[in-house]
Amino acid sequence: MRIRRAFWAAAAGMLAGAALMGAAPASAVTFRYAFQGDIKSLDPYTLKETFTIAAHGNVYEGLTTRDKDLKIVPLLAERWETPEPTRWRFYLRKGVKFHDGSPFTADDVVFSAERVRAPGSNFATNVASDAKVVKVDDYTVDFILGGPNPILHAQFDNWYIMSKSWAEKHDAVKPTPASATTPSYAALNANGTGPFIIESHQPGVRTVFKRNPNYWGKIDSNLDEAVFSTIASDATRVAALLSGEVDWMDPVPLQDQQRVNSSPNAVVMAGPEIRTIFLGMDQVRDELLESSIKGKNPFKDQRVRKAFFLAVDENVIKTRVMRNQATPSALMIAPSLFSLSKDFVREPADPEKAKKLLAEAGYPNGFEVGMDCPNDRYVNDADICQAVVSMLSRIGIKVNLNAQPKAKYFAKVLKAGGYSTSFYLLGWTPATSDSHNVLYEIMGCRNDPKTSRGESNLGGYCNPKLDELTDQVLIENDQAKRDQLIKQAFQIGVDDAGYIPLHQQALAWGVSKKVKLVQRPDNQFLLRWVVKEP
Amino acid sequence: MLAFIVRRLGQSIAVLLTVGAIAFAMFRFAGDPVNQIVSIDTPYEQRLQIRRDLGLDDPFPVQLARYVGRAVRGDFGISYQFRQPVSDLLKERMPATLELALAATVFALLFGIVMGVISALRRDSILAAALQTVSLIGVSLPTFLIGILLIYLFSVTLGWLPSFGRGETVRIGWWSTGYLTGSGLKALVLPAITLGLFQMTLIMRLVRAEMLEVMRTDYIRFARARGLKTRAIHFGHALKNTLVPVITIAGLQLGSVIAFAIITETVFQWPGMGLLFVQAVLNVDIPIMAAYLLLVAFIFVVINLTVDILYTIVDPRISLATRRA
Repeated sequence: MRIRRAFWAAAAGMLAGAALMGAAPASAVTFRYAFQGDIKSLDPYTLKETFTIAAHGNVYEGLTTRDKDLKIVPLLAERWETPEPTRWRFYLRKGVKFHDGSPFTADDVVFSAERVRAPGSNFATNVASDAKVVKVDDYTVDFILGGPNPILHAQFDNWYIMSKSWAEKHDAVKPTPASATTPSYAALNANGTGPFIIESHQPGVRTVFKRNPNYWGKIDSNLDEAVFSTIASDATRVAALLSGEVDWMDPVPLQDQQRVNSSPNAVVMAGPEIRTIFLGMDQVRDELLESSIKGKNPFKDQRVRKAFFLAVDENVIKTRVMRNQATPSALMIAPSLFSLSKDFVREPADPEKAKKLLAEAGYPNGFEVGMDCPNDRYVNDADICQAVVSMLSRIGIKVNLNAQPKAKYFAKVLKAGGYSTSFYLLGWTPATSDSHNVLYEIMGCRNDPKTSRGESNLGGYCNPKLDELTDQVLIENDQAKRDQLIKQAFQIGVDDAGYIPLHQQALAWGVSKKVKLVQRPDNQFLLRWVVKEP
Repeated sequence: MLAFIVRRLGQSIAVLLTVGAIAFAMFRFAGDPVNQIVSIDTPYEQRLQIRRDLGLDDPFPVQLARYVGRAVRGDFGISYQFRQPVSDLLKERMPATLELALAATVFALLFGIVMGVISALRRDSILAAALQTVSLIGVSLPTFLIGILLIYLFSVTLGWLPSFGRGETVRIGWWSTGYLTGSGLKALVLPAITLGLFQMTLIMRLVRAEMLEVMRTDYIRFARARGLKTRAIHFGHALKNTLVPVITIAGLQLGSVIAFAIITETVFQWPGMGLLFVQAVLNVDIPIMAAYLLLVAFIFVVINLTVDILYTIVDPRISLATRRA
């Protein structure tokens, strides 16, 4: 009898306990998310790759950052001024602490500027190599430049500040190069000033972020914890979203978007990305590497390039290949990155006119040309190329398509591979989110071996007038004048038909209906704006 | 016996060296690793420097010799993608693969033997016909398709089992096990079935054939004539005698279960060595690719050697000396 009574008492106690637990205020909010690739290294200077940069951005912070609309705003620097065109003064935020408790000061900025430019860093171009970084006092830093640079602060958003004392303590003063023989502490551990702390990191598998209770600022997010997993297989990633095992995943393959949207617990969040997909043509060689035309290079003739432009029907690519998940582009830069881009309209396709131009140029029966295309780099990249092949066949151009994995593609077409391509598809995101980057890297002449101008201009399109304008853009501090110069430069590119811009592909995030978040057009997914229903 | 083992070990080293050389020769067709190490807008000079630092510009024999020289000392280099020692990464991932392979093998043996016995003893029943059909599906459907079908049925539609990953794991020393947690065991079910299905059908068919063979032998008939119980005849005598080839096959297949876990691991994002290898191939992470191939070659060499030695113990009629020819 006594035993039975004791049993009931215990049971009642347990029930009460369970009821109490159920009534307890909102338990910890855990957000789970998955991406097709990895967070490659926790060292913020190892790899300049969008997803990795964004993952670091939860933990580390730069002097400046971009807001929800990509506008540059202060972060670890409270404000800045340019007393002279070549001297930038940054006033640092006070009272900020790294995750290990050490205070953030000017020493950390000076140290980070050294580290980011050391061998093994992939972010060396974010801080000019000739810039001198001088500590004025504990909370003021001067950047003394070799020449004026109106977008210096825009180049700092992905340059994250590391703690000097932490790096010295853990022998991580230098970034780890890929050829290192010993691993670096900083590749597996992180110590930033950001709103999240890395609790555990298993490379290529799982990374757990915990909210930083001592964060200096206020953020929208209500997350206590975020768990990141890599899910490389498309079908599995979609399944994980549909079954509610993850709250966010990227990318949703085009063929699965319908299914995600018709499911009860998730939607596809789409928006234009700032990467521009385009076609380029070899305009340097006197004879194309892969073509039936011998002894001359048809792409040197503007009429041939224009004919190619007119033969490619971007609207068909958009509707058929991209299932409307693309924004046709008139320029080599996304509209959101250049205020005057609305002045440009993409000329519609006109195969008849294209044929006429080809005939005028001396190729009434067309010719054969080889084309290089990646098949695992951009959304439906190989399918786009396939469509281009059939469109060009209508004007008599026979294209021999070589669609290959990105590892092989880039080995062939980049400078290290001797620019071994005649006709290619590429995507470009200006690292600085500024037109100058496009004009210099993609549209600049590459005939001067002393500079790196045009290094990613794989076809070698060249117009000295455009280069002149580009140089003025670099040093022009007046925004309105600068935009006019950029417009003129882009106009030259359009007139020359130096490139065939196609579109900005759409971002396709799979998002649980329980979650509210911000999709930035640069595809950086940041936890600071994620709110999840508890 | 000792001389035999020593000789076989010598041959094993030759096999490993050959695998290493062939693998290394193939890597140059995988593409340029530098593009996966740095971003596309990295200056040319910096790319050249990385190539030099990694020794990619050296002639092939030099690269191979350097690699073998290091590998002998247990140094498999640093992964290009993760900037971590490859041996650490493999050690981290090995428990996942081995636990999956073990679970798949146990599943295959258990179900394969039961199904084989049923289909042999009730040859003409509907159940036997159904099992035969299942085994046909198991043999003919590709692994990734089975995996995706299982995910859509049990994860998306029914919501019973997780679609990816390993669940919670418990660390015992450096070994991380999923056998001790509920979520770990749940996560194991679908991948183990996917990986073990082919072996299961193999074992089922083997058991069925052997069983039918044995049931025709004289001693079974005599056992019947003696009036032994049917159950004793079936399981005490017949099944026991079918198990020798089954165990041999299962043991030999363990190597291929580990090596072919690649596809299952990719479908279920199972954090094992196979998945690491697939990601390494996509990113031209040569140190990981080389170490994985060597490891798999090593596993096969060890299994074959063990089987050879076990044969002599199980069946003394087989003499190692005569196998020299």
